[in-house]
Amino acid sequence: MNRRTLLATAALGLGLAFGGSASAQGLDKVKACFVYVGPIGDLGWTYQHHQGALELVETYGDKVEIAFQENVPEGADAERVLTQMALSGCNIIFTTSFGYMDPTNNVAAKFPDIKFEHATGYKREHPNVSTYNARFYEGRAIQGHIAGKMTKTNKIGYIGSFPIPEVVMGINSYYLHAKKVNPDVELSVVWAFTWFDPAKEADSAKALIDQGVDVIASHTDSTAPLAEAAKTNGAVIGFGQASDMADYKPSPRVSSIIDNWAPYYVKRVGELLDGTYEQVDSWAGIPEGEVEIGEITDAVPAEIKAEAEAMRDAIAAGTYHPFTGPINKQDGSVWLAEGAVAPDGDLLGMNFYIEGISGEIPK
Amino acid sequence: MFGGIDPALLISALMVASVPIILAAIGELVVERAGVLNLGVEGMMIMGAVCGFILSVQTGSAFMGFVGGAVGGMAMALIFGLLTQYLLANQVASGLALTLFGLGLSSLMGQGFVGIRPPATGAVPFGPLADIPFLGRVLFSHDWVVYLSLASVAATWWVLRSTRTGLILRAVGESHDAAHALGYKVRKIRMLAILFGGAMAGVGGAYISLVRVPQWTDGITAGAGWIALAIVVFAAWRPWRALIGAYLFGGISVLQLNLQAAGARIPVEYLSMSPYLITILVLVIMSSGRGKAALSAPASLGKNFHASR
Repeated sequence: MNRRTLLATAALGLGLAFGGSASAQGLDKVKACFVYVGPIGDLGWTYQHHQGALELVETYGDKVEIAFQENVPEGADAERVLTQMALSGCNIIFTTSFGYMDPTNNVAAKFPDIKFEHATGYKREHPNVSTYNARFYEGRAIQGHIAGKMTKTNKIGYIGSFPIPEVVMGINSYYLHAKKVNPDVELSVVWAFTWFDPAKEADSAKALIDQGVDVIASHTDSTAPLAEAAKTNGAVIGFGQASDMADYKPSPRVSSIIDNWAPYYVKRVGELLDGTYEQVDSWAGIPEGEVEIGEITDAVPAEIKAEAEAMRDAIAAGTYHPFTGPINKQDGSVWLAEGAVAPDGDLLGMNFYIEGISGEIPK
Repeated sequence: MFGGIDPALLISALMVASVPIILAAIGELVVERAGVLNLGVEGMMIMGAVCGFILSVQTGSAFMGFVGGAVGGMAMALIFGLLTQYLLANQVASGLALTLFGLGLSSLMGQGFVGIRPPATGAVPFGPLADIPFLGRVLFSHDWVVYLSLASVAATWWVLRSTRTGLILRAVGESHDAAHALGYKVRKIRMLAILFGGAMAGVGGAYISLVRVPQWTDGITAGAGWIALAIVVFAAWRPWRALIGAYLFGGISVLQLNLQAAGARIPVEYLSMSPYLITILVLVIMSSGRGKAALSAPASLGKNFHASR
């Protein structure tokens, strides 16, 4: 950037600051910043977000500059990192973990000209805060179907990270669809209380395997649960989470949920460039391509594979919603009546298990 | 069976889970007994994890991986030793810097090794011994590093308690001036202790990346080094107590996951809290009344030594 364009950008920046409606005119160049909860090399959640960030550079070339910080703890530290990013000239900041919800809103209040995008949260306290999420529960439904059909011990497991609606939603969807095809199935949930701690994730998987579980779904960020399942020589299977985790094909990884954030990132930064950017609450899933189902391997019999793919296609076509009634809550009270479809509001605040799951959600 | 959990499986799982912490804690215990406070355990562990992983993948031998882990940890310890023993840098600051440096460097070195599986480290074949009910599962079903960790505790205890080497090491840690006046090479002895600590932390790190989570991921040690440091204090600088401390930490963390998997109705929060509560309790009990003397740290801990002073 030479001095003239620098001055021009500065002048434009001033114009934006004093001109009021910032989004009415586009920007010449966007600096997009990302805050990650784990390392890029986790091969899971953070890796996928970073792939999306790289796609921005691929698409817009030198019109976009990216910056990121890895391993940012959720909480007060995040606020410092966000402030630092805001001061260093970021135009749009993507905060990619649920725990950044309050820090994002707090910092957004102080920098009204900078756009903030918070992944998986629900608070938009200021006009410059948008939220975006993916309908992971759609993928969980397909995993649940495979789990219910594949389990020999009739015990399936789920490694939860934190008891937040997104994870509870995944557990319910997984169990619901396993139960549908296998009424004897029992679900064990282990809460790891971390997003990224490979040793603890492996221990959680081991605890489940020791209890006789033979299909494990995980909601944490690393490949450690699959590595633990791999030690059993095919007796235990699992799924890639957030990323394809293709290194564990064909078994224990029999399928996966892939988060594809690139289209969303490209769209939002594009809007910032051409001046059409507006606050949104985005929640896309399989139909939009934001959630992808990784290849179902040959470790799954062809018939089950076909059923799973049919379900995926039905969800993509919009003809099937994973939470379609009748569904009761854990205490037996009615949640969804026959044929009713879960409203998004119920899902986003989900804090209950459905009927049949034992145990309680930690508070 | 107890609450749906098989105690044999639980004990064998906790023995495996505690290995990295025991190895790192025993190494750090010897370092601190020599009067040096090395807060870089986490950095040495993760360098051990990445070096061990790279070497075992390149050579195809799990054993070479552990050798690589020890060398990686020692290389980091060497930097710390040079800084603190010869350049007289502040030990706390150097240790913290070592951790940050190790995390960054390991991430750089591990770039090309993400997604690769290392050669497996199998259980030691004990033949019929492994078929003994209960004991076979608990004692005779592990890989060799588990036995190494136990042997290292016993050996360290014996060396510190009943050999001349141990006496000299402790003398250096209690009063480096007196040891120097007696003609012992304080700097050399401390350097050797630091290198030993690095090697042990490195093997502990390699155990995480080669056995417990057989893969390389950035930040794979996830704070194990800090727990090892805490356990040394918990153990009041005694090897067997370090073993108990590591089993308590490892045991409760494995137990709470197992209780959850078994569907026991105990709130997770209490179990997650319990290792720390027990630590506080033990420290309170030990620091009151007659036990007080046993708690005292090596008198020269964290103090730099120079012959002219």
